[in-house]
Amino acid sequence: MNYRVNEKGYYGDFGGAYIPEMLYPNIEDLRTCYLDIINSPIFQIEYQDLLKNYVGRPSPLYHAERLSKRYGATIYLKREDLNHTGAHKINNTIGQIILAERLGKKRIIAETGAGQHGVATATVCALKGLECVIYMGEVDINRQAPNVARMKMMGATVIPATSGSKTLKDATNEAMRDWINNPVDTHYIIGSVVGPHPYPEMVSLFQSVISEETKTQLFSQTGSSQPDYVLACVGGGSNAMGMFYHFLDDENVQLIAAEAAGLGVNSGHSAATSILGREGVLHGSRTILMQTDDGQVIEPYSISAGLDYPGIGPQHAHLHKVKRVKYVAITDDEAMQACMLCSKLEGIIPAIETGHALAALENIAFKKTDVAVICLSGRGDKDLDTFMNYFKL
Amino acid sequence: MNTLQQLFQRKQNNILSVYYTAGYPKLAATLPIAQALELAGADFLEIGFPYSDPLADGPVIQKSSEEAIANGMTLNVLFEQLKSIRPSVKIPILLMGYANPMLQYGVENFCKKAAEVGVDGVIVPDLPLQEYEEFYKPYFEDNGLSNIFLITPQTSEARIRKIDDLSNGFIYMLSSSATTGKSLNVSDDISAYYQRVKDMNLKNKLIIGFGISDNASFVRANQYASGAIVGSAFVKTLAGKDDYLAHIDAFVKGIKEG
Repeated sequence: MNYRVNEKGYYGDFGGAYIPEMLYPNIEDLRTCYLDIINSPIFQIEYQDLLKNYVGRPSPLYHAERLSKRYGATIYLKREDLNHTGAHKINNTIGQIILAERLGKKRIIAETGAGQHGVATATVCALKGLECVIYMGEVDINRQAPNVARMKMMGATVIPATSGSKTLKDATNEAMRDWINNPVDTHYIIGSVVGPHPYPEMVSLFQSVISEETKTQLFSQTGSSQPDYVLACVGGGSNAMGMFYHFLDDENVQLIAAEAAGLGVNSGHSAATSILGREGVLHGSRTILMQTDDGQVIEPYSISAGLDYPGIGPQHAHLHKVKRVKYVAITDDEAMQACMLCSKLEGIIPAIETGHALAALENIAFKKTDVAVICLSGRGDKDLDTFMNYFKL
Repeated sequence: MNTLQQLFQRKQNNILSVYYTAGYPKLAATLPIAQALELAGADFLEIGFPYSDPLADGPVIQKSSEEAIANGMTLNVLFEQLKSIRPSVKIPILLMGYANPMLQYGVENFCKKAAEVGVDGVIVPDLPLQEYEEFYKPYFEDNGLSNIFLITPQTSEARIRKIDDLSNGFIYMLSSSATTGKSLNVSDDISAYYQRVKDMNLKNKLIIGFGISDNASFVRANQYASGAIVGSAFVKTLAGKDDYLAHIDAFVKGIKEG
């Protein structure tokens, strides 16, 4: 089975570039040169240097002994939360900012949900001295205030998206509109494996460092580079794509993606796209999205701003359709309890997004010899307000 | 030959097309607005089928789309309403909207229904050339529908030629790379772009859209193209008025005559 993108920009039935003509020159430019730029020695030298000395990679693969004991298996956490800025998002923004420089762009725009991608983008813009504009849903600005402050401290302009549900989907719309209006000097750093080709491929390539390191680290710790299970949470799906990337062809490794069920899959307040969605076009690619019979996008809901998205990346849609990855739905409550459990047992406070991946451990019938790796995609500092309200701390 | 193609044979310049969102400001407004626009002197119509996430649109059409959806507008409702549009409206009619609602309806079904009610063409900004050619072209052709493509100042000459080849109605020439409703930037750059495309002697007529909001911008566009399209400025005229139909005649005359 082929899980990779084909020459037309499709993963099976999904992908492509469903974009207005105004974006075509930019997307075409990117499509024709992104691989040459990324594969050039001059790019790789700078990229690897920044990942090591600025981001702090490789991130540790940590054997979580008390979680292991609790679930009766050997559980490892891939500590993306220890990256500079506190999540996996920076792996992608470091890559894209060097790319934008090579493309001669002077201005950077990005969308953000939880604010992690916005922070990671503002960070690399400060690093490179480039103008930075971040679009963020008004609702998310309110629930992720510390991240908004971080972006501002690093010189970014944060513009609230006030249309629709005022969350990630709407921030993405606004960023795309900005790009339509500023086609020449601006590069759009999409933060997830969504958008028109080549974005999903490019972002997963930059995030693939997660699984690349995991394999090496797992080999040196266990003598095998193949675990039995690999788990990650999915909104658009960038940490999951990075975590799965080098395991896709290892068919005996079970890949599990945790989506946000919100208040429950059928509650009307959910973001469990793989269950509730149907095929269509969202933000420039053919994928699975939550929509009405008339093709209007349904507003998603999740307690975590980073998973509050009505679609999934086109490669996820493909991996779901061909059943290479199992998609499970985790409710707000399950994710919050998993965050508390991880904090208490391991002294690690994960992001609520990550809590969804941790909660998926509950539903696996582990054998004692099983090895599971979870992408600990981000730290929970940004979610303290939500934790305080939820747990009455 | 559909009504749109006939129009271009008959009329070479100063063609005015008006865009509005179906189901806005009232669900039942679709037909009366079409009739009023024809009476006022519009040469053809672009009826928007609303989408929740209109990427290429500015605030005015975002809002009209949102309200139209809230009013209950769907493609099923629209095709029901359009059943009686012919022959009370004789000028060419295009449908304009985004790919996802059309895909959910089924592109083949959509084209069939559109032709049945007397629609002449379709504009879907986010349906790419590649996919149109590969999957959908026969549905448009079998139903005699013109598919209209956009070009911008950044579109390469080779791509404009390709679009010209694939087009059989007109080429929708954007005054600038922008979302709808932005005011036109009066600079030499745009004149150079207009002139450059005009000098390519394309087989299809050029109609200029985006940023056309008054007589001055309409007249200017017609120096280089066969006509121009007004969208956001018209939708804005309808906004918040109970007697919106009463304002249509003055609006159209204002664009055409100043």
